[in-house]
Amino acid sequence: MKGTLKTDMLASKHLLFALILVPLVLLLCLWVGASGFGLPDLTTLTGQALLELRLCRLFTGFVVGAALSLSGCALQAVLRNALAEPSVLGLSGGGSLGAAIVIAAGLQAVSPFLVPSGAFLGASATLLLVCFLAKRVGNYAPTTLILIGVVVSSMLSSLLMLLLSFVKLRVIHSITWWLLGNLQVTSWTLLGVVALFVLCAGVVLFCEARTLNALLLGHEGAHHLGVNTRWEIPLILFAATLATAAAVAVSGIIGFVGLIVPHAVRRLVGASHRILLPCAALFGGTFLVVCDTLARSVIESHEIPVGVVTSLLGGPFFLFLLIQNGKRRV
Amino acid sequence: MIVLRQVSAYYRSEKVLDDLSLAIACGERVAVVGPNGAGKTSLLRVLTGLLPAHGTIHLQGRELNALSPRERASLISVVPQEIISDIPYVAQDFVLLGRTALLPRLGRPSPEDLSAVQEAMRLTETWDLRKRLLPEMSGGERQRLALAMALASQPKILLLDEPTSHLDLRHRAEMMRLLLKLSTEQRITLLMVVHDLTLASQYFERILLLSGGRTVADGTVAEVMTSALLETAFNCPVRVDTLPGISAVCALARL
Repeated sequence: MKGTLKTDMLASKHLLFALILVPLVLLLCLWVGASGFGLPDLTTLTGQALLELRLCRLFTGFVVGAALSLSGCALQAVLRNALAEPSVLGLSGGGSLGAAIVIAAGLQAVSPFLVPSGAFLGASATLLLVCFLAKRVGNYAPTTLILIGVVVSSMLSSLLMLLLSFVKLRVIHSITWWLLGNLQVTSWTLLGVVALFVLCAGVVLFCEARTLNALLLGHEGAHHLGVNTRWEIPLILFAATLATAAAVAVSGIIGFVGLIVPHAVRRLVGASHRILLPCAALFGGTFLVVCDTLARSVIESHEIPVGVVTSLLGGPFFLFLLIQNGKRRV
Repeated sequence: MIVLRQVSAYYRSEKVLDDLSLAIACGERVAVVGPNGAGKTSLLRVLTGLLPAHGTIHLQGRELNALSPRERASLISVVPQEIISDIPYVAQDFVLLGRTALLPRLGRPSPEDLSAVQEAMRLTETWDLRKRLLPEMSGGERQRLALAMALASQPKILLLDEPTSHLDLRHRAEMMRLLLKLSTEQRITLLMVVHDLTLASQYFERILLLSGGRTVADGTVAEVMTSALLETAFNCPVRVDTLPGISAVCALARL
């Protein structure tokens, strides 16, 4: 056969573009601080500490953005739903409730690892519950998974509200601030653990890229193509949860990244997950770092929650994509 | 080769296949006909392992339950009634999906994979469409691509669920001509669910008539396409006009 497949050509072109663009943007973001553009004075201890803080924040943003984008790509393929994102199966809701319980119990001060652990356990327990119910009701059919996810998510929100109604005002503030989403992580150890989880999830999803491609034909179509849907769908869901739970654990709820990044990147590189997954991870990570840079620098001496920026930037962009799609169809 | 022995299957609590036994030789063309709810699609679902069944099923001499999903998919391909059309793939990448069971998990497609795709697209006359996006194609083009995708894995058995139902007369005839060519040139066993009995009599050498999950008749067109058998299966008056190479079948409305 002469020539190569379109996907292969796109792979080399877009991955190369991403690999050049991403470090440049990240470097630019590192230069931006609350005090303006430029690196802090590295000859002083304060300057060095400031740079470390910026680096830590940049790394957190990149890992969280990559995790949410990877999770969004996988869920949109498995659920065959363009609106699927990490919150659709109640994963973010489960993570929030887990973290809120830890904060409400006053365990936050015991160890910096306890809130992330609570979020991780909450998200994982939610996935187990959703998968158990989906298996009983409809054998992981996309509609069944989404319906159960929506119901479980709504129940988790109610439980969170119930919890908030019992705790003191100071605790409500702590929980709300956490829920708004932020990237202020100061422990490199915690970040290392989270990055390892996201990396593991990314490797599993990349190994399942052909399965994700086959799932574009629906679960039955994928079965006909030789996909072991009984094992591979739960495996993909588990990897997506691992990535989401790790992200929620350090950053709280950051909406829209898992929804818009896969859509935007799909328009650029096509729907083959062998290219889509690595590109979405790179672009998702960079997008969140850019949003966080804006969040901490747009208004002097005031930080906007990064979730607000992702929604304010992502919402109009998503609507633009929808309008463009509509025009193309016409 | 397909061999079924005393196969029964249930959908929830309803029995959809009832003690079905059947043997289909390599390269044979069989049309599965019968009224709605006769078990035609259930038979295809049982053969692909989507619907669990009692009894024994052998494909090319190997028991279905002993085959891994990948082994099964490389033996047997399915052309569904409708294909999902919103996948933003170019035609060539879409056809490559048919080789999912044979592709390496991490590596790129091998030259053999790519030449199998090219051959499948050549056979289905879709090679000229290779760079076009699937959502921009007509129903007939998509149906031919679905067939190309099924052929890309070079299967021994091809299951088709009413693939001509959305095609116009010309495309329907072209699809059937293509299937005949595949059956004779590639020795692929064809099992196709057909609602149009006239079409079944025109292109198939063997007709399997099902009703209520059971075999009503299994034989040549002349043996099965009779008013008496069709009236029993469809529970309505049927007129069969036998012409050279074709039996024109129509249901007579009870007035």
